Amino acid sequence: MAKKTNPDDFKCYPLGDAAIVIQLGNQISPLINGRVRAVCAYLDEYSFEGFIEYVPAFTTVTIYYEPWIINYNKLLPLLQELASEVLEQQEVPAGTLLEIPVLYGGEWGPDLDFVASHNKMTAAEVIALHTAPDYLVYMIGFAPGFPYLGGMNELISAPRKDNPRSKIPAGSVGIAGQQTGIYPIETPGGWQIIGRSPINLFDLNSAVPALLKAGDRVRFSAISETEFKKIRRGRNGN
Amino acid sequence: MGIKVLKAGLLTTIQDAGRYGYRKDGIIIGGAMDVKAYQLSNLLVGNTEREAGIECTLMGPALLFEEEQLIAITGGDLSAELDGVAIPMWRPVRVAKGAVLSFGQARSGCRTYLAVQGGLDLPKVLDSYSTYLRAGFGGWEGRALKTGDLIPFKSAAPVVPSDFNWSLSTKMHQESKDDIIRVIKGPEFELFQEKSIAAVFTEKFRISKEADRMGYRLEGSKLKLRKKEEMLSSAVSFGTVQVTAEGSPIILMADHQTTGGYPRILQVITADLGKLAQFQTGAHLSFELITLAQAQALLITREQELKQLRQTLTFKYPVHA
Repeated sequence: MAKKTNPDDFKCYPLGDAAIVIQLGNQISPLINGRVRAVCAYLDEYSFEGFIEYVPAFTTVTIYYEPWIINYNKLLPLLQELASEVLEQQEVPAGTLLEIPVLYGGEWGPDLDFVASHNKMTAAEVIALHTAPDYLVYMIGFAPGFPYLGGMNELISAPRKDNPRSKIPAGSVGIAGQQTGIYPIETPGGWQIIGRSPINLFDLNSAVPALLKAGDRVRFSAISETEFKKIRRGRNGN
Repeated sequence: MGIKVLKAGLLTTIQDAGRYGYRKDGIIIGGAMDVKAYQLSNLLVGNTEREAGIECTLMGPALLFEEEQLIAITGGDLSAELDGVAIPMWRPVRVAKGAVLSFGQARSGCRTYLAVQGGLDLPKVLDSYSTYLRAGFGGWEGRALKTGDLIPFKSAAPVVPSDFNWSLSTKMHQESKDDIIRVIKGPEFELFQEKSIAAVFTEKFRISKEADRMGYRLEGSKLKLRKKEEMLSSAVSFGTVQVTAEGSPIILMADHQTTGGYPRILQVITADLGKLAQFQTGAHLSFELITLAQAQALLITREQELKQLRQTLTFKYPVHA
């Protein structure tokens, strides 16, 4: 792969008077996700005075800062240097692979049959395709710990529901268009729910409340109701 | 011993300056809509500016004090009364045991802040007292206050300042009475049609009924992109002005989601967010463009003023200092 970076690869611009955006590309791709994570890893290691926090997204890292400590004009060259260093290295920190057990269908996944019939296949085929790939967590947003996953097989895509449900339980696994995701907390939503995970994606009592972070990979595995209840019991016993 | 909620009010929540450090996990900042008013209420009673406070919205609550306290009320003027007698804002006020603090008409503004000396005795969740309503944590049981709630004080027996005959200089808290909200260009500013960009700075926008702690939807000219573009979700901020597919601007407020996918035409400067937080539904506003350097200079001045006030108050509250 060419190491040369084109102008689209890197841009900085303000998001208001207390944040700066580093843009590292303009499409959803594992390569750009790697760059985003490399910048985040760098910031974890070397922060600066006035730094508050960062938010990674598909192609950007937004850095929030205290303008009375460091202003935009002083920050800009600092981050340009950082980004060029990171882009030169092209080293992508390895994400963690997490297995997310899912009880598919039934009351846990009331829309599994719809997704199957919509795509003219059986429920078992949907499950097989859904559990096949390793999904990349591109970013976290929308709700605490909610992952934007990439890599779903288009053969099982399905439209959003006409009428969103007012309550979707935490752990619900859904499909909307070509996206799939897991609801970490109970929320209203219009996704087609195909199953539920007994795992907590968001746990306030944990030192790291959100289970997933940008750059992690996720693999779904189908479990039985007995296993679901067993994991639940173990979780509640903690 | 603490405050007993006799009447909840429209939306009464526990807030602080926000929950920082977790935006990358999708956890919102939250916190007071008018952060400056919230901070000043705490400083006025001798607290650090980070103690838990109560944010009252438009129709305030009725609160019974089970114990003597020193309080300060700041922000919008919702006609605060103690046992039916009007009390001043922007200064410490002594509340007798058994007195009831209540609110009446909104004379100006929308959100009032109540601080008690020593603060409220609540657990911090992820380093903050602010209430995250949608996720149901933080503040008081993760929800708005309701009748019967009992919010405990951290410390009893208030320390009364040596000379009790002062209030905050109006210079410190008075916002200009006009409807101007200052902004800088948002990241997608240049993607909008010239006509829309002209409209955004010459026309007035009305804050619609869809206005809450998450955001204000504005009514007015529809704002159009030069060409339809598929946006990738990216981080947003308090004060980001997004434009929906049908052209309506939405200003993101304290409880906004961490990321968004609509084009960001403008960004309200941090120094004007408190003023904006005090606008009521139906109010009109107009946008004025300033530079990033001007916006940051305003923040630096504000930070210096706050620092000075903190020092001055240290002499008034020697015991707390």
